[in-house]
Amino acid sequence: MPEPEAPPPGASAGPALSRRKFILGVIAGGAVVSAASYRLLAPRAASRPALLGGERLLTLRVNGRLRRAEVAQQETLAWTLRYKLGLTGTKLACDRAECGSCTVLLDDVPHYACSVLTHTVRNRAVTTVEGLAAPDGKLHPLQQAVIAEQGFQCAFCMSGFLMAAAGFLKTNPNPTRTEMAHGVSGNLCRCQDYSKILDTLMHGAELMRKGAQA
Amino acid sequence: MSDQAQSGNPADAKPIPFGQGYKLIGRDYSTPDLPAKVTGRAKYAEDFRAEGMLFAKLVLSPMPHARLRGYDLSRALALPGVRAILTPADVPPAAGPHGERVLTAEPMFQGDPVMAVCAVDEATAAEAIEKIELDFEALPFVIDPLDSLRPNGPNPRAEGNVWFGRELKPLKWTEADFASYANGQLPMGHAPSAWSYGDLDAGFRNAALVLDRSFVTPDVSHQCLEPRSAMAYWQNGKLVIHTGTQSTYQTVPAIARWLGIPQDKIVLVSEYTGGGFGSKVTGTMIMLVPALLAKKVHAPVMMRISREEEQYLGRARPGFQGRMKIGFDRGGRITALDMFVICDSGAYGSQFDVIASGNIVSLLYQPPAMRWRGVSAMTNTPTRSAQSAPGGLQGIAIIEPILAEAARKLKVDQVALRMANSAEGPAEYGPVREGQRAHATSCFLKQALAHGAEQFQWSQRVAQRPRRSGTKIRGVGVSLSAFSGGTIGYDGLLVITPAGKVRFHSGIGNLGTESVIDVHRAAAEVLDVPWDACEVVWGDSSRLLPYTCASDGSQTTHAMTRAAHALGLECRRRLQEVAARTLGGAPEEYEVANLRVFHPGSGAGMSFAEAARHAIALGGIYDGHQPNPGVHPATQAAAAALAGQGLVACARDRFPHDGGTYSYVAAFAEVEVDVETGKYFITDFLAYGDVGTVLHPKSLGGQLLGRSTLGMGHALGQKWVYDPHYGAALARRFYQTKPPTILDVPVDMQWNALNIPDPQTPVGARGVGEPPVGGGCAAILNALSDALGDEIFRRAPVNADTILTSLEAGRPMQLPLATGI
Repeated sequence: MPEPEAPPPGASAGPALSRRKFILGVIAGGAVVSAASYRLLAPRAASRPALLGGERLLTLRVNGRLRRAEVAQQETLAWTLRYKLGLTGTKLACDRAECGSCTVLLDDVPHYACSVLTHTVRNRAVTTVEGLAAPDGKLHPLQQAVIAEQGFQCAFCMSGFLMAAAGFLKTNPNPTRTEMAHGVSGNLCRCQDYSKILDTLMHGAELMRKGAQA
Repeated sequence: MSDQAQSGNPADAKPIPFGQGYKLIGRDYSTPDLPAKVTGRAKYAEDFRAEGMLFAKLVLSPMPHARLRGYDLSRALALPGVRAILTPADVPPAAGPHGERVLTAEPMFQGDPVMAVCAVDEATAAEAIEKIELDFEALPFVIDPLDSLRPNGPNPRAEGNVWFGRELKPLKWTEADFASYANGQLPMGHAPSAWSYGDLDAGFRNAALVLDRSFVTPDVSHQCLEPRSAMAYWQNGKLVIHTGTQSTYQTVPAIARWLGIPQDKIVLVSEYTGGGFGSKVTGTMIMLVPALLAKKVHAPVMMRISREEEQYLGRARPGFQGRMKIGFDRGGRITALDMFVICDSGAYGSQFDVIASGNIVSLLYQPPAMRWRGVSAMTNTPTRSAQSAPGGLQGIAIIEPILAEAARKLKVDQVALRMANSAEGPAEYGPVREGQRAHATSCFLKQALAHGAEQFQWSQRVAQRPRRSGTKIRGVGVSLSAFSGGTIGYDGLLVITPAGKVRFHSGIGNLGTESVIDVHRAAAEVLDVPWDACEVVWGDSSRLLPYTCASDGSQTTHAMTRAAHALGLECRRRLQEVAARTLGGAPEEYEVANLRVFHPGSGAGMSFAEAARHAIALGGIYDGHQPNPGVHPATQAAAAALAGQGLVACARDRFPHDGGTYSYVAAFAEVEVDVETGKYFITDFLAYGDVGTVLHPKSLGGQLLGRSTLGMGHALGQKWVYDPHYGAALARRFYQTKPPTILDVPVDMQWNALNIPDPQTPVGARGVGEPPVGGGCAAILNALSDALGDEIFRRAPVNADTILTSLEAGRPMQLPLATGI
């Protein structure tokens, strides 16, 4: 079960920061925290075998919030997001860096979350599709564009495409259609709806530029 | 019949602006499933979690054909965290003597599931699989159908190698039959299925040109981005199952049949399905594994399917080995056509592709005399299933390169040659049965071809010769395309609630085509209600669904707009009756519009909300207590369960219809080939559809171009590769048989549609998912041969190495006829 989300950092920056520092300190010291307040460390069912590679409690910065998770050494970020934090908008379609369905932003740069170890992102800002909309629920321009253009079909690839495009647009806010295609070329859509996806992403880019001017 | 229906004469037909004469139909809008999809809230099967959930993993056969002689599970079961192991003895029997089972003791291909382990997590299940000891006896196997047809060739299973109807029997051809193999022409021995009409011999005798070509089409996996994962649990004697499917309604009876339990003991949840393309028509049998394990261990079980497992379990289009001899007159009109195909139907069941290929070729190109012969062969390769335009793509991929070659040899323009041969009007197709041939409901493909050629600027492109610039050569190609586009006889169901909302119950799967929502606009159109007063419930069999078609064969838009139109008429009649019984007068004096039923003379009337309350007060036929007896029993049961919720209306499509419903596409492509590297790019593409009335333009465009691109994958490089010695799959992942990426297609692909209504359906709309697929593939093949000549390829896909070596040798440098290369 996913851990309930911690409050946004702005809401109670002090305690959140101190907890994070505390946990990071614990991890750096090589010890495993055992505290009743951390639900993920609740005693396991007796039948559960020891997991593979020594799990540790990490604090991750996901969608602007601090999230704690017990993470194995070999665990991928996609796994942590989906199965530890309940952020199932990040999809696994190949799990081997072939399709881009699991694309998330690390410090605003798109990455395949299936091929990033969670341990390597401790000090980075992770953004998933769930974090694309504003905290007040206002949809990101790319999300608005999907709705306006009836973008995508089955949409299993959609979150990956949106995250790849969001990252790409930070480096090139005014791309040509060809540049946009290259920007999301690491993502597969098996509905092969590429033409409508490009319509959508170009419309989203336009909305972003208008928003930036406003 | 639609007031927009035109005469059957294609010459009178002109494109109609989308949405003309309608308020909702033909207009763009935004489907209500999008907000959950864009925010990541939409839950696909694997996104669900349940208290105490366990995990399952499959044990797959390492051999292409074997018998499980014995096994030892003790070490695996002793592992802490392992809860159960499902064996072939624990699963329901196969439907027929050679049918697929959930797990099998005689695996028929490498990757066929043999057992399933249930454990507290996947790592434990994987460890347990390592500790299972299986004793297999290796059996003879076949990868290439031709190998099994040779004298003394091996059989894929003891009983034989070829399907004779539903029976598997041995079929061996003679050495003499195989004589043509050496020069690359497909041997044509006895074929279990055959039909012909017209005078074939005279047609060839009188031809100005006869071409006889063999051609191989690839096996291509569906590769839905969402693997066929499933989660299941049992609660109060009911099975609750979360999975992806192409039909919410039709999957429940499939599960009931497979498990041998009543339909009312099954709750299916499938609000979002990550692609189907024919591989998830009623889900797939493998989803029974978590259901059976959950029953065994009394806990919810999730089975995630990996991408590699998906290659074995996820279905594929059967490849064809085909040969076609066509006679042409001087103008390029076909005089006779002789078609022979071998369909690799895989390990279980004969595939429909083999039959469809002959029907589609005869429909599209209208040969005056034609013979079709087909062999549906079993091999020890993964289970096939329908994939967008099953048999249609293969037939079109075999005939179109021959047409392109003929046009060049006869010096006839490619578009003109297709115009001369194209179907039109209520065109006949297929074999003669009981003295007559079947006919299509309508066909305006010639108009699509003409308007498409204009939009694509075909003549200008052709005139721009020579098209060589440095090492780059440009080529243009055109292809006709068609596939089935609709069925009839299904039901619609709606409730007008006391809050004044119109709620449609949709049994259609939500696999991305948006027909799950789109079709209900045909009912809203009849009721003249604003769309924002409508809501659609879908994706959950406990939400009371009407009798609904499965979303395969591109039937949904046609079948379910008919049902929706019938539902709109039925609901309007009930509203008029409620108003008349409440306010006086005759029902037909009342009109229905804008969420009111009212008397246009006096102005007396009531809102839908009031009508719903009156319907509840009246009861009986008005609120679901006495459902319309003319609908399917399942719809009656759903309506009865909704009784008292408002004005409950249900209706069945009984509109007249006497043809075969098909949709058509004219596809145009330009490619640029670098003859120094063999690499080529598609620089332009247009799909111009004759799909009846356009229902939802943006989703139509997505289907026309998306499915065209699926077809292009067959030309560009997708195929199965097999190790013939071990019968092992070598292309198992995306990078080994990759669907086209966004860089493989032009950035500004074009589409258009005639929007001429089908005369045999009230809304005029037909399906569109499959009709473009063959055209997407063949337009690329034809553009390549336009650039490079006719001596480059005799099979698809066409890769860079083929182009380079064939150009150098001056003849097709591909191993002819073999599969899996």
